[in-house]
Parts: sequence; structure tokens; C-alpha cells
Amino acid sequence: MNEFKGQALSWEVKNGVIELALHREPCNEIGSATLAELEKFAAALASLEGQSHALILYSTLKSGFCAGADLRELYYGAQGMDRQSAVRGVRDFLERIHKVMNAIDASPLTTIAAVSGVTFGGGLELALVCDLIVADKMARFCFPELRLGLIPGFGGIPRLKRDLGNAVVRDLLLTGRSFNAVKAQQAGLVSQVAAEGESLKAARGTAAQLGKFDRRTASVAKKFIKPIPYDELNREIDIFCDLFTQPAVEAGLKKFVESKDAQPYLP
Amino acid sequence: MISNMPEPKQTLDEILNLAAAQFKVPREKLTPDDDFFKTLGIDSLQALDLLTRLEHHFNVELPDYELQGVSDFRTLASRIQARL
Repeated sequence: MNEFKGQALSWEVKNGVIELALHREPCNEIGSATLAELEKFAAALASLEGQSHALILYSTLKSGFCAGADLRELYYGAQGMDRQSAVRGVRDFLERIHKVMNAIDASPLTTIAAVSGVTFGGGLELALVCDLIVADKMARFCFPELRLGLIPGFGGIPRLKRDLGNAVVRDLLLTGRSFNAVKAQQAGLVSQVAAEGESLKAARGTAAQLGKFDRRTASVAKKFIKPIPYDELNREIDIFCDLFTQPAVEAGLKKFVESKDAQPYLP
Repeated sequence: MISNMPEPKQTLDEILNLAAAQFKVPREKLTPDDDFFKTLGIDSLQALDLLTRLEHHFNVELPDYELQGVSDFRTLASRIQARL
């Protein structure tokens, strides 16, 4: 499937580059609808790889790249369920999204996340599966999960740990504060900082350069330098599901969902 | 010793100028003690946008938690001044 237009995302192949666009209002929150379409993409990826050398993920929304998991769906979905069923549902969701993330992470293509605005939680985790992150100067990166009594669940910690020093991982994870694009570049998270609104253009320029290289060599180099931490990723799912049973989580989700605070995104 | 650090009043003025320009509000309508969420009519995402612009403008890092509960320009300016 060379082209797809869904409710939450679309993709097409242009000049040997797959462009996957996220466009679910308000800020590409990842719930079951987005997950189902991401799974479609992951299933199509093998055939798309044969005609492409790069993949770009981006958002068409002004609000940002992705605000993370759909917490409203998570909260309301768990209401009325007994604890065991709720945890089973969460585990199923996490295992499915990890499969998608792992498929993109392991793709022989060179992958680029072109991000702007809010790149929080699951949104940062989606960007982290890519080989390069190109950010516009208004991008912000954050793992706010601890304020909900949780840890990132879409593979964020193992992948951040793979890419950055442990002190930076602890700063992002344990303080829940957000980094702007310049700080994120200084930390080694972001490859390039583009002007406001120019991250996709910069990513396309990078993707065009990648097309000049021998594909097999590029994929061998990637495989050599970018191991996928499967054991830690599985451990992360276990820890997340264990934490999900805490009363603090329901209270945190409730507070977020029902918040009239003008700053619900700020931890 | 001559310092390049802006005076608190200058910091406050620069914040008001930046907010007025970014959110297209007449500068003369903004005062230091305004609730900027109300005066600028901004939501949480736009507040993040403002935070990022202020960090770039003043070349400082402003941890989000320092701004939790801050909603007036004067307090915002004091938080920024403390990081200059």
C-alpha cells in the first residue's frame, strides 16, 4: 500500500522517501484509533522499504508532533473494569505499540522524526525510535509520566538510555521538566535544529542526501550501531503494568482528565 | 563591575513586548499584574509556546515546575530574572 489516508495518520512515498504524517486533533494523542493505523503502517512497511531509502515522521498539526498517549481514552476505558481486566487491556495496548515501535526502529531505512511544538511522553517515544530527530526551534520534549504515578510505557526509557547519558535520562524522567530544542540538541537528543515551521523541510533535505548512499551499506551501518534493547523494553512493560495498579495512577489520570487548570500539560 | 544583566524592569518590559507581539494584543493593554492566560486569551499549549519563546529570547532555561501556578507577568519576570 503505497499510499494511505486514515483518521489519525496518512502516508505516501515521494522520491524514495516514505512520509508518514500524523493528523489527529488536538495533538496526535495515541489511542486505539492511532494504534490501529500505526499497525497498518507497520504491516505495509516491509513492502514500502523496497522502494524507499528513508522514512520521515511528522505532524501536520500546529499544536505539535504528538502529546503522547490518549490519557482520556485510557482513563475512561478503565472505568467500570476490575483491576485485572484494566491491566490486561493496558498490557495488550503496550505490547501492540511496542511491536510497531520495534518495527520502525529495526527498519533498514534511515528514519527521521521531523518535530515541532509538543513532543511529550509517547510522542517523544515515537520520535526516539527514529535514527535522527530534526526539531524546529519551538519543539519541546518531556516525559511527564511520573506525575501520573507511571513511567513512560512506549519504550522511552530504554531508547533514551541507548541514545543519551544516564544523567540526562534521569533529568528528563525524574523531574518531568521539558527541554526546548536547543537544550535537547545540547543533550544529544536532537540532530538538527531548524527555524520555526521548517523541520519537515530540513528533514526532506537530509533524506535527499541519504538517497545518495548505497542502501545496503547504510542499513548494515545502522544495524551495527543501533541495537534494539528488547529485554529492557519487555521489562518496561512489566514495570508499567505493575505501577498501573497503584491507586495514585487512577487519581493522577482523574486529575488530568478533569482538570480545568490552564496548564495541564505542565508537570 | 559592569554587568550585561538586564534590570528587572527591562526584563518585564521585554516580556510584555514579546507577549504583545506574539499574541497580537496591543502593548498598552498589558500590565505587569495581568493574568496572562486571561489577558492574552491563551491555553496551555500557547503557554508552552510562550515559555519556549522566552527561553530563546533571554537565553535561559526555565524548568516548567518553576512556572506552575505563575499567571502574572511580574512573577514570570522575577522567575526569569533569577535565571539570568
